[in-house]
Amino acid sequence: MIYPILRRLGQMLFVMFGISVIVFLIFFATPGADPAARIAGRNAAPEVLEAVRHSFGFDRPLYVQYALMMKKIFITGDLTSFVNRGWKVVPAVLDSIPITLSLVFGAAVLWVVFSIIIGVAAAATRNSWLDRLLMALGLLGISMPVYWLGEVMNLITQSRYHDTWLFSWVPPLGYKNFSDDPKGWFLTLVIPWITLAILYIGIYGRVLRAAIIESMQEDYIRTARAKGLSETRILLRHALRTSLIAFVTLFGLDFGALVGGSALLTEVVFGLQGIGKLTYDALQSLDLPMIMATVMYASMFVVIANAVVDFVYILLDPRVKTS
Amino acid sequence: MMLSVRDLKVSFRTDDGLVRAIDGVSFDLEEGEILGVVGESGSGKTVSLLAVMGLITDPNAVIEGSIRYKGRELVGLPARELRRLRGNEIAMIFQDPMTALTPVYTIGWQIAEQIQAHQRLSRSAALDRVEELLAEVNFPNPREAMSRYPHQLSGGMRQRAVIAMALSCNPALLVADEPTTALDVTVQAGILDLVRKLRATHNSAVVFITHDMGVVSELADRVMVMYAGRIVERGSRSELFNDPSHPYTRALLGSIPPLTGDKPRRLPAIPGSPPSLLRLPKGCAFGPRCPARYEPCDAGKPDLAGGSHAAACFRVAQA
Amino acid sequence: MAALAIFLLIVFACLSAPLYARWAGVDPFLSTLDAVITIDGQDVPVMEQSTEGLGLGYTPLGPTWRLGNYFLGADNQGRDVMARMLYGGLNSLLISSAATVLTLILGTAAGLIAGYFGGVTDTVLSRFLDILWAFPIYLLAISLSIVTIAEGISIGPITIESGSLWLPVIIIGIVYVPYVARPIRGQVLALRNSEFVMAAINLGVPGPRILWRDILPNITTTLIVFVPLMMALNMLTESALSFLSIGVQPPDASWGTIIQDGQALLYTRPLVALAPGIAIAVSVMALNVFGDGLRDALDPRSKVRLGRD
Repeated sequence: MIYPILRRLGQMLFVMFGISVIVFLIFFATPGADPAARIAGRNAAPEVLEAVRHSFGFDRPLYVQYALMMKKIFITGDLTSFVNRGWKVVPAVLDSIPITLSLVFGAAVLWVVFSIIIGVAAAATRNSWLDRLLMALGLLGISMPVYWLGEVMNLITQSRYHDTWLFSWVPPLGYKNFSDDPKGWFLTLVIPWITLAILYIGIYGRVLRAAIIESMQEDYIRTARAKGLSETRILLRHALRTSLIAFVTLFGLDFGALVGGSALLTEVVFGLQGIGKLTYDALQSLDLPMIMATVMYASMFVVIANAVVDFVYILLDPRVKTS
Repeated sequence: MMLSVRDLKVSFRTDDGLVRAIDGVSFDLEEGEILGVVGESGSGKTVSLLAVMGLITDPNAVIEGSIRYKGRELVGLPARELRRLRGNEIAMIFQDPMTALTPVYTIGWQIAEQIQAHQRLSRSAALDRVEELLAEVNFPNPREAMSRYPHQLSGGMRQRAVIAMALSCNPALLVADEPTTALDVTVQAGILDLVRKLRATHNSAVVFITHDMGVVSELADRVMVMYAGRIVERGSRSELFNDPSHPYTRALLGSIPPLTGDKPRRLPAIPGSPPSLLRLPKGCAFGPRCPARYEPCDAGKPDLAGGSHAAACFRVAQA
Repeated sequence: MAALAIFLLIVFACLSAPLYARWAGVDPFLSTLDAVITIDGQDVPVMEQSTEGLGLGYTPLGPTWRLGNYFLGADNQGRDVMARMLYGGLNSLLISSAATVLTLILGTAAGLIAGYFGGVTDTVLSRFLDILWAFPIYLLAISLSIVTIAEGISIGPITIESGSLWLPVIIIGIVYVPYVARPIRGQVLALRNSEFVMAAINLGVPGPRILWRDILPNITTTLIVFVPLMMALNMLTESALSFLSIGVQPPDASWGTIIQDGQALLYTRPLVALAPGIAIAVSVMALNVFGDGLRDALDPRSKVRLGRD
């Protein structure tokens, strides 16, 4: 059991290194404009440019530049924005992480619970009208752009139907700290959670249904029937349980990807100052140091999240443990 | 009479119309008896026993006829009632032990699950029973084996675990569907010994499905030979092996290598292949492959005729 | 098949965009704040003086529901939203199909090379794909966009302008390469070890010929199944990037940019943002349904899956 974990850790470190190199190359070595000019922002003064050149080591070889960048982002954390003069970038990124996590965690709870219910219900009643309806809804959920769905939600809950009893509780857009105002935290996040979850309920519901139906064809399901177990128990304890292995793998990838940036669109639409919104704002003002930091931190998070999922997978599937 | 099957018919609705997989099968089984069911794949031997178990879940299947277990009619019995019998009084062992166990649970968990499905027993009592069962099927270290996952056991060990599971509620009737086919020869012998021992200790009746005449000759009290969904010959072991009357049985017996004496250079094979259920010949289904075929064979299907030793063949009926 | 018909209908509608604009007599890329149109014999300004608040703002015209005459109303620059929708759809479709082609070419090439040659080539390529796979798609796209969006990119003799539609095509085309390359590599690896390829190698058939004659035909089914699903994924990605203002650049339009334009008008003229979203959802859904059907018909056991994000 130790060996696969160590191997996975090594792989994780390798991927982290690879991503950091790619980020570095994209920002510092893309042919075209002068990287110093990009970092300093539009219409930067010549002395600022000179300072950037020096502090990022643009007069030195690439590997020194790489080392300097990594040091600024992860060790000293003194990367500063030039667009918002003197703003320390790394603390801003760290501050935004809890907001993104709040959004993604809540949505994940919703989507796991509902997609299991939907996947199981559809698989249990396969080819019935209920199954078809659920799968059509799932497909609709997958096909809508998430930011657009968010705007539709805003239109309904903030404007058109805000004054009805149904949505009068919805607070204005924005984020409230859990520690200051737990109720406000919850209320502001309900609609974003639902919005983000809808897409994933669609994907997971469909994937889970297919996996359950596939495992219902397996020999061990026939054994379970021959044992005299009830259909419900066979469905939940045997078919669903074996299907969850695929589900968990997928979940890890998506959860990581969401925290690492895919939640960006939802954050932008609902005005949540998470890591995605931070990236978006930096994008609008072409604030490169900020983007470098968010991209670097977020992708590291994704890689770690993926590795954690693989560890869970090792625990969940006894076949991996010993092989 | 423990099990009495009368005129069992199983059909499947398909795009090409109704396909009859089992066509009027009848047989009886006494307590403690071992019945060998022999036939090539596709002859309907597995389907007919799955029907007895109520394990045909295909919504397009139609089951007709009568299956009486200890006087109780099983065809049309509510699923709930049937479930109470399955795994409890009637247990089944499947062909491939590699895929018959759920991969994510331990052996102990899976056997205890069956015990608890039928008996009011605490978890620990159920696990104690599992340990006994595993010892009974010759696991050298049952306590330890309980915490093993299926993939951690060899094929023979897995099949033993499956057998332990089937025996967990002391079934009166055990259906074994080619339990040794997927195993190698030395393991096979062990499993057969086990089945024999179980009949002695539990006095269970056993239906042993196989395509291997050699296994039948070692194990069965009575034998039933199936071809294309029908019984072509049945009788006691000695009747069938010493005096086979149906040409198909004779051909099957010709295809076992003799245990003693010179081995023939080539085993005589039965020419042709079993017919597709979609395109059964008009008369006797074995007709096209039969060396003794004559005019009546093309006209209609022969009925099973005779007493305890019976065959479905016009030649036999004529004689 | 109904799904394919719906999608083709959308494609043809978008292809007719220039015709529609000429017929309607509007320029969908020019701000026309002081335009006046005639509805039922009455002159209506495209931008109405706001009656709320201080009366300083302007509200664009709402939907007239008259084809050729601001059918869906105007946006905040007084442009005909219907005409922009058609032009935008054309861009969305062009970008997503071009990106699909690019992804398939790059992904197939990488998969073929890694799977066929194996050894060090495979290790290097596969590790590179692993890294790309683990890289969050939007972050990769944003990183690529931000360095190219301002000044474009020039590699050797090839120069791509910053407003060019090729930029989003390349970006989207690159980020999804691992999605295609990984399964293709697996298939090629299996084919590489199959008897007929082994036989060809032993007969001394040259590698490129084996790839072309024996291996490529065997993976075309998978590639075909990928097309509609990839296209659906790309449409969503394109619209998202455009919404984030790193895809199609103004004054050009795509469904994503129109939704962004409509964001400011969401509570007053919601249709500006709603209409392109519905267009995206319908197109993507049609592509997904068609793709699922295609997969079930051609390659039912494959695990080609709808994307995540």
